Amino acid sequence: MKLRLQISFLIALSLLAALLAPFGISSKFQLDVLTLIFFTAYLGQSWNILGGYAGQFSFGGVMFFGTGAYTSSILLNTFGLPPIFGIFAAIFMGALLGLLVGYLSFRSGLRGSYFALITLAFAELLRVLANSVEFTGGGVGLFLTYAPGFYNLQFNSPTGFYYFSLILLVISLVIAMWLERSRFGAQLVAIRENEDAAEALGVDTLKCKIYAIMIMGGMGGAAGTFYAQKYLYIDPPISYSIALSVEMLLVTIVGGMGTVFGPLIGSFVLHAVNEIARHFISTPGLSLIVYGFILIVIISYLPNGLVGLFRKTRKSTEDKDA
Amino acid sequence: MLEVKSLTKRFGGLIAVSEVDLDVAKGEIVSLIGPNGAGKTTLFAIIAGFLKPNEGEVILNNTSITNLKPHKICKQGMVRTFQITQPFATLNTLENIMIGAYANTSNKSLAKSNAERVAEIVGMTSLLYQTADGLTVAARKRLELARALATDPQLLLLDEVMAGLNPTEIDEIVDVIKGIRDTGVTIFLIEHVMKAVVNLSDRTYVLNDGKLIAHGTPNSIASDPAVIEAYLGHGAAETMARGHKT
Repeated sequence: MKLRLQISFLIALSLLAALLAPFGISSKFQLDVLTLIFFTAYLGQSWNILGGYAGQFSFGGVMFFGTGAYTSSILLNTFGLPPIFGIFAAIFMGALLGLLVGYLSFRSGLRGSYFALITLAFAELLRVLANSVEFTGGGVGLFLTYAPGFYNLQFNSPTGFYYFSLILLVISLVIAMWLERSRFGAQLVAIRENEDAAEALGVDTLKCKIYAIMIMGGMGGAAGTFYAQKYLYIDPPISYSIALSVEMLLVTIVGGMGTVFGPLIGSFVLHAVNEIARHFISTPGLSLIVYGFILIVIISYLPNGLVGLFRKTRKSTEDKDA
Repeated sequence: MLEVKSLTKRFGGLIAVSEVDLDVAKGEIVSLIGPNGAGKTTLFAIIAGFLKPNEGEVILNNTSITNLKPHKICKQGMVRTFQITQPFATLNTLENIMIGAYANTSNKSLAKSNAERVAEIVGMTSLLYQTADGLTVAARKRLELARALATDPQLLLLDEVMAGLNPTEIDEIVDVIKGIRDTGVTIFLIEHVMKAVVNLSDRTYVLNDGKLIAHGTPNSIASDPAVIEAYLGHGAAETMARGHKT
């Protein structure tokens, strides 16, 4: 109980710090890095819902991001729909794509690596499609006009995007906290641990998995709009990049799968490692090697992620107390 | 309550279950026995919706549940346990049982109190916060039972809940099962431990090579020549009968 109080206090404090950060940080670069950390943590959380809680690993999480980016951008460029509404269309399209992919793959009983590969295939398929059809701008991509304003979800300072990413992050954390408390979340965990047993105990495993991938899809869709409005340019390799699919699962695995704060912690640590390595090592490419090495160490020694490390120490102190 | 009508399941050329007819009435404890490989677990899997039969019908409370998925069958009041225990390994006992309790409520505190009540029935109160992968074999068997019971079933299908237990543990779980029956739950169980079968069941079905070969009270079954031959080989009944005479 005391621990829970301490954690709530810590969360409140972190949130306050995050809200005030732009007033204390003068460097645009640092604020941009924080924005990127929050954005990656948000995407990681979307992956975490299906991968961490429900145990269904996907290698193609980027497909929702890309579809969301194209949805709001096309609506803006072709129909003049402001992204403040477009983002909801992006969420809808992401969730719809989740429904489609989830229904097709889960109904045919794809699990484990087969499911991971089919999501990768879907993401690649969409990349090739986006490259070949006209309304996506094909290989040229889509340019968005720079017109800062709330309706356009564009901001003339990094602070605006910082708060935008913070809002996304907080929403993702609230979703994860809800999962921890709700029947739906418990059923997802049951599916991860043992799908047959869950089914026997009355869990509609197909429906639960489809809902989970739809939530992931909706979240990814919103992320796409965020990206498009921040960088004002999307094309197929960016929108459906395998690297981003990998990054969202990486931050989650490093931080701790199936936990509320895993993706955020993982995103912080990986970005910090990356920035520090880049800062101190000038030889091109070497920083990536260091980054990779640290990644291997974390994954081999902390199979439950960094959150797992925290839990382990907590448990041993509790044992000592008892 | 449960009726199985000429159920047949083929895996390629192998007939695992062949034209099985059986019924379980409300309030009974009925057992299913048979040598290894007789098709008992396959029969259970079909009844609970995990496998689709090639022919035949499964009827629960006068409605056909033949091609329903397991979670739907669970909602209709019939739930199975697994012979090889299938715990949610990283969850603790309470969380495991709560998954069962969530079949009837989406309220967390209600599910929790139901789970605690069930844990008391099966005698797991002291293990509530132990993670499932750290439980002993006996405790895992109880957990299987507890989770199934938490779904508030009318009919429980128990697949060898006593296998691997020592005599004391068997006596304990027999008492637990009797207690469950006394609360109005009908029980259909697969078991190898004859002492428990005789002690528990009102009626027994014997399955061999996918076919039902005998049916009756446990004591009449034990002296049935067809059953003895199924377990001990052709001619065994005759030999035994002769042995008794001389």
